[in-house]
Amino acid sequence: MNWFYFASPATFYGLAGRLAPWFFILAAVLAAWGLYLGLGVAPTDAQQGEVYRVIFIHVPTAWMSMFLYFVMACYCGLTLVFNTRLSAMMARAIAPTGAMFTFIALWTGSFWGRPTWGTYWVWDARLTSELVLLFLYFGYIALANAFEDPRRGDRAAALLALIGVVNLPIIYFSVQWWNTLHQGSSVSFKGTSMHVTMLTGMLVMSFSAWMYAIGATLVRVRAVILERERRAQWVRNLPEAA
Amino acid sequence: MTLWWSSWSAFWAMGGHAFFVWMSFGALLAAIVVEMVSLRLRRKRALAAIEEERDLEAEN
Repeated sequence: MNWFYFASPATFYGLAGRLAPWFFILAAVLAAWGLYLGLGVAPTDAQQGEVYRVIFIHVPTAWMSMFLYFVMACYCGLTLVFNTRLSAMMARAIAPTGAMFTFIALWTGSFWGRPTWGTYWVWDARLTSELVLLFLYFGYIALANAFEDPRRGDRAAALLALIGVVNLPIIYFSVQWWNTLHQGSSVSFKGTSMHVTMLTGMLVMSFSAWMYAIGATLVRVRAVILERERRAQWVRNLPEAA
Repeated sequence: MTLWWSSWSAFWAMGGHAFFVWMSFGALLAAIVVEMVSLRLRRKRALAAIEEERDLEAEN
């Protein structure tokens, strides 16, 4: 099999169109299962009460906000090193979904914090670095669209995205490095301190968020390909462009 | 796998934290709807731009 076959926008356009619905279906099934566990079955938290259920979307969206930035930065690295077109388009396609998840992580954290900490917002290391992540996504999107020549935009924004990668370990380790109001992780690579239904619900919701992000990225990259290749003959020959 | 709640009203009340819980879940739902609509619009606009470009070239 030739792995570079789908590295061309023309062939990837069709593949993305065929794959996207399956990722959305998977995301919906997982979300139904995860919400059933998280909102229906999981017991209440002894310390926080029912408001703790916000974590079933807060933690998955926060994880995805960082993971998507990492994947976007990888595509940006490919763009700068190999000057590949599809990688730049993929990075552009990921950014809005990454920003959406970052915003939701901040928003849900805030609505969890109000009854739990007594405040919607505090300039704590974890919250501040996550807010910086949101601005990095916005900066990437703005810079990518700031140039007449889209390929210059690709490269300038890719550089910004790569510099911004230093923020990821800062977010991740902020709860250890600084004395933050935000609690430390309940789930780590070493194990967990959580009730098994809570943990399962959170992991299922995380997979759902992941599948949704892939689906949304694939749909968006198709639009980006159409925008960028609109003068190409293969685009004009598409049945949907007729 | 038994449900935690004794009734629907207990579920919606979320132990007195209904506002905070549903503002969170509602925001995520709204964000997904906004993203789906904007994806559809972006595709529609991209397809319209292809048509425009083709018409311009036909005129010249």
